[in-house]
Amino acid sequence: MSARILTVDDSASIRLTTRVALSNAGYAITEAVDGLDGLSKLKGGQYDLVVTDLNMPNMDGLTMIRELRKIPSCMGVPVIFLTTESDNELKQQAKSAGATGWLTKPFDPESLVKIVKKVLGR
Amino acid sequence: MSFPDPIAVFRTEAAELLEQVESGLLDLNHDLSDKEQVDAVFRGLHTLKGSGAMFGFEALAAFTHHCETAFDQVRKGIVPATHDLVTAVLGATDHMRALIEVPGGDHDAASETLLTRLRAAVAAAGHPAGAAPQAAAATPAAPVETASSAAAGQSGQKSGIVTYKIRFSLPQNAMANGTNPIGLLDELAELGTATIRADLSRIPAIDDLIATDLYVCWEVELSTDKPRDAIDDVFIFVMDEMQLEVTVVEPQGTTAEPPAPQATPAPVAAAAPAAPVAPSTQSTSAAAVAAAPAAAPAAPAASGRGAAQADAKQQKAAENVRVPAERLDELMDRVGELVIAQSRLSQLAGVSGDLMLRAVSEDVERLSGELRDTMMVLRMVPVAQLFGRFRRLVHDLAIETGKAIELVTEGETTEVDKSVIERLADPLVHLVRNSCDHGLESADERRAAGKSPTGRIFLSARQQAGEVIITIKDDGRGINRERVRAKAESSGLIAANASLSDQDLLQLIFQPGFSTAQQVTNLSGRGVGMDVVKRTIDALRGTINVVSRPGEGSEISLAIPLTLAIIDGLLVRVGSGRYVIPLSAVEECLELSVEEDMRSRGRSFISLRDSLVPFIRLRDLFRTGTKPDPFQKVVVISTGAERVGLVVDQIIGDHQTVIKAMSKLHHDVVTFSGATILGDGGVALILDVAHLVAAGQQQEAHLRAAG
Repeated sequence: MSARILTVDDSASIRLTTRVALSNAGYAITEAVDGLDGLSKLKGGQYDLVVTDLNMPNMDGLTMIRELRKIPSCMGVPVIFLTTESDNELKQQAKSAGATGWLTKPFDPESLVKIVKKVLGR
Repeated sequence: MSFPDPIAVFRTEAAELLEQVESGLLDLNHDLSDKEQVDAVFRGLHTLKGSGAMFGFEALAAFTHHCETAFDQVRKGIVPATHDLVTAVLGATDHMRALIEVPGGDHDAASETLLTRLRAAVAAAGHPAGAAPQAAAATPAAPVETASSAAAGQSGQKSGIVTYKIRFSLPQNAMANGTNPIGLLDELAELGTATIRADLSRIPAIDDLIATDLYVCWEVELSTDKPRDAIDDVFIFVMDEMQLEVTVVEPQGTTAEPPAPQATPAPVAAAAPAAPVAPSTQSTSAAAVAAAPAAAPAAPAASGRGAAQADAKQQKAAENVRVPAERLDELMDRVGELVIAQSRLSQLAGVSGDLMLRAVSEDVERLSGELRDTMMVLRMVPVAQLFGRFRRLVHDLAIETGKAIELVTEGETTEVDKSVIERLADPLVHLVRNSCDHGLESADERRAAGKSPTGRIFLSARQQAGEVIITIKDDGRGINRERVRAKAESSGLIAANASLSDQDLLQLIFQPGFSTAQQVTNLSGRGVGMDVVKRTIDALRGTINVVSRPGEGSEISLAIPLTLAIIDGLLVRVGSGRYVIPLSAVEECLELSVEEDMRSRGRSFISLRDSLVPFIRLRDLFRTGTKPDPFQKVVVISTGAERVGLVVDQIIGDHQTVIKAMSKLHHDVVTFSGATILGDGGVALILDVAHLVAAGQQQEAHLRAAG
């Protein structure tokens, strides 16, 4: 079975781009529109990887990463966060919150797939 | 699997983001301390920048970056939010729209002007030296560049195979955070030929072992032709927290570097990449899985409340699906065809008398009716969408006119067909402009008149039967009747001293070419006059009502049908042709008695409960050339207070009508507003009520004048 990936982003166009890139690479994608949505989807299902934005309404990516690390079933699930150059400070915070890796926006679909492969190991 | 075009999705999203940013800015202008709006504006700009760069809108990303930076400073409390700053960013949002619409256009000068304004606003707000946006301006393309420069930097040494001795230990919580050591080892192994040894010396006694922690270190001897950076790249995500020693082993074996001092005890060695390591790591991860339930009890307690909130929010999010407008239109077309096909089926079934066929036909009729109703609901959108734009408009107008203006909106949840909303936008903009520009007085004038210095514009919507009533009201000076009359007389619209009812006088402002010279300013008189407003509303089969009290203000109400796609109509026959009269306009139907018919010859009035109503013989209007039916019927229709009777040969009955627009060739035909296809495949024209009523009233005025 292909790896299940949850993408969390408030931007519909970015969600679409990640969905296109990752589906084409053979992954099964579920989308969430913000941290709260992402968290509830994480609680409701098993995912092999999470790709999340940092700045989002309702719950930002940082808080979501902290919360998801408290969910037993999310133990060890890799989290890649999408960040911009200007978020360098946030990058550190995200890492200490429990994120696995990051990708700098703007990104092209290939680098996303590459990083997902790297982190998933498949 | 097919996906929508990401660029198109981005454009839609950007439009929404800009609206959200704008509305946040306007709220902020009301209350500069509104932290929530600062965050919302920042987020909007941030997303716009990020997505913009993703989809090739680099100029947009670079420009938005400055606004985002400014708001980041506000967010962090470095710079306070000021009206100047808000206004500067508001102005910038328009520019962002332009950057999205014409990404390749020449926007540099405009960008620079806006950025200067932004910097000034930030500087004035008391930022030390106001330097941040300036500094950022030096590297506008930075986010775009960095991605590629990282790759370019590695093409240094590339000759021959080098053997590295790599020793690393990962952070103890690496696995809990999703880093997979096996994956890293695999990646190293893929770079060349690797020998991997696990150092298990740090694994504690079983009682002290935390199952999710990582105690294993690794030593890898890697022979590769890849540059040194490739090794760092493997560890890129854990680089900061890990320990990594990389040393070069001399090719001849005469190594300057002695073997690692802590000579590996119980070395698990192998030539094949990673394989022997697996057991040790696997046992760790197996332990991790085993330990997970133990950790479980603590977690749910902490996140319980969050979950409940999340559920509620998510449910809300899941309730909406975004569909491109044209798909709805296509669906609407199909439903229209279905309704037409269904009525043909009913007719056939009625004639054939086959009971089975009739039963099926009734089912199809019910289903298509339900489908049509559902379809109509799908197309309804709240007028909030429309009203949202006016906050910005009024804000800008207040600045332009130097007046203090407050916009009050009401009934924003009222829903109207989306095509109606689109077509209402321009007329409403014009009416709101008019109110701000002509209607409202200056603050001084208002004070002198004993009013509050802040003028108020009320924008409200409410549903009433099959119509939505949109009202634009101001508490300004009211329409100056003398000036309207003078203008109308001088332009020959009415005879000097003609007696006109107040309503008729006010309606004159909708006449083509009616614009009092004193009134043309930068804001109004931009080629769109009230006549265009009137025409648009007529085309929507709506009506305009004007109320104005001198010194107290004006109120213009637009009554618009809820939908343009399907109407309830009254099907009538005139001669051999069939016509549809929109049911919403029909007041009553009566028989034209022979006496009344005779009496009214040449005068064309019928008395209807003590009042005279003019009527139009459609037979004459359409020149049917057929003999009139013996019992002529009159359908009394009205728009607002005005009534007119239409004489027809036969009233066939109610008819759900799917409106088809007429071709451009029929653009000048004013008597009809569209066409529809009947159950038997025939075509019926839909009568334009507004036009017929106006014609009837003219006829009445003409006869009065004559007689």
